[in-house]
Amino acid sequence: MMIIAVASGKGGTGKTTVAVNLALSLSNVQLLDCDVEEPNSHIFINPVIEEIKPAYTPVPTVNYERCDYCGKCAAACEYNALVVVPQKEVMVFPELCHGCGLCSMVCPQDAIREEPREIGVIKTGKNSDGNIDLVYGVLNIGEIMATPLIDQVKEELNQEKPVIIDVPPGTACPVIAAVQGSDYCMLVTEPTPFGLYDLRLAVEVLRVLKIPFGVVINKAGIGDSGVYEYCEKEGIQILLEIPYDKQIARCYSEGVPFVQEKPEWKERFAGIIDKILKKKKC
Amino acid sequence: MKQITVISGKGGTGKTTLVASFAALVENKVIADCDVDAPDLHLLLHPEIIKKEEFKGLKVAVMNKTLCTECGMCEEACRFNAIALTEESGYAVNPARCEGCGACVFSCPQEAIVLKERVSGYTFISKTEYGTMAHAQLNIAEEASGKLVTVVRNHAQQVAEKEQRELILIDGAPGIGCPVIASLTGVDLALIVTEPTMSGLHDLERILDVTSHFGIDSIVCINKYDINEENSRRIANFCRQRGIEVVGNIPYDSVVTEAMVAGKPVIVFSEGAVSDAIKDVWKVIAKNLGGISSN
Repeated sequence: MMIIAVASGKGGTGKTTVAVNLALSLSNVQLLDCDVEEPNSHIFINPVIEEIKPAYTPVPTVNYERCDYCGKCAAACEYNALVVVPQKEVMVFPELCHGCGLCSMVCPQDAIREEPREIGVIKTGKNSDGNIDLVYGVLNIGEIMATPLIDQVKEELNQEKPVIIDVPPGTACPVIAAVQGSDYCMLVTEPTPFGLYDLRLAVEVLRVLKIPFGVVINKAGIGDSGVYEYCEKEGIQILLEIPYDKQIARCYSEGVPFVQEKPEWKERFAGIIDKILKKKKC
Repeated sequence: MKQITVISGKGGTGKTTLVASFAALVENKVIADCDVDAPDLHLLLHPEIIKKEEFKGLKVAVMNKTLCTECGMCEEACRFNAIALTEESGYAVNPARCEGCGACVFSCPQEAIVLKERVSGYTFISKTEYGTMAHAQLNIAEEASGKLVTVVRNHAQQVAEKEQRELILIDGAPGIGCPVIASLTGVDLALIVTEPTMSGLHDLERILDVTSHFGIDSIVCINKYDINEENSRRIANFCRQRGIEVVGNIPYDSVVTEAMVAGKPVIVFSEGAVSDAIKDVWKVIAKNLGGISSN
């Protein structure tokens, strides 16, 4: 089954709008909200939560009965997450630790054990019609490790169904973690200079990752023609245009997926999938 | 010297629009764009680069294929799924996933892997019409954006000391994670720009939890307040309950997009309700910061 990521360089262009309305326009899909810093899909899906489980990343703890303060762990750590105070203690800075496990590998005394540290939770549920499975991660406040939580949300991926992934904004590590492994990526942009600049960055990311992609233009009618000219020049397919529309904006502000009020859009969203499949065949 | 960071939790609420206008309003400051993976402030301020430096973030594992015996120990050691057996060329490192930890280097019995430094982006110090600006561009598919934010802030601080500025004006990234936290540490005030949508309110709650977690004074500004006035009242009530000051309501106006297309801060581009509201917001912020001189 197909995995479709919905991404954008710039924040607030309409990723969640597209992901949620697309999910509602198809039947029997799984929606993974990988924007674990600020997940919003659940506001629109309003799921009945079936399961909440904590997500962990490993951090080292030191067994002082074995530790001889040799300092090899601190020397090996690329992130400066360990500091050895000779004959006194090994200071661990969990917020710097990437959980790579190298410190426990290098310790000659076998004095380092890894313990799980909670970085967030993963929630699983269904919408009221039962045709969308929603999985979303919620990063703990003050936590910087978004990537391991995103990876764990993606472990819930159901191979039996079409999967839609709501990707965080930007172009850095959390985006890569969310997008990687997708069969196709829809890039949502707005036709403005900010939208265009950040779209170019997102396009470069997908070219590096070798994932096929197309563009959805949201708030069409505002701004200028830069995004259209860029797509034409680069040969990027424009999959759908969603106009800037008061009713759509009001739906969004109220947390209502706009296909519920404008059902004619369901066909247009579902039509994107046909366009993607057709392109894949040729 | 004071520092203010403009953040939002949710993306696209108008952080950069506000920062660009503040840059034009406030006299004695340095500007820092800390949204390093999708920076947009330069599109309004047109910086002329005077200094460019390489940014070295995390290292990357590099494999010597002639020494590799395909034993698979590296793949087993790597927690980031950055090493896999490929059909074409045996074991290969995926640099987009590699966090440069060195576990593979340690595990390899053939000493076939080394860690190398990599250029993860560039930092810039630039001149703009409105003063000196520190900014950066993270390379595509890179890590360590928090570290790059810290470098940009250090540059801004050095410039501010040299030029004897009284304020550093910081444009932050969306979200609540690594780059956002790096843009908040040690600042005097966080301005949170929100919008009257359910997502805006939800994300505001989370970013306020972050600023209070780190003990940073926060104030809120509601952008496009008139697209849903009921939600704007809801946000105002929520802020009141949390003891957070709402420093202004900015109306929705297509002039903001027009200014963006023209490549200008909106208060420079046009006079009107939006520009008036932004100027009023700045007055309250200046008071909160203990007095900052404006143009």
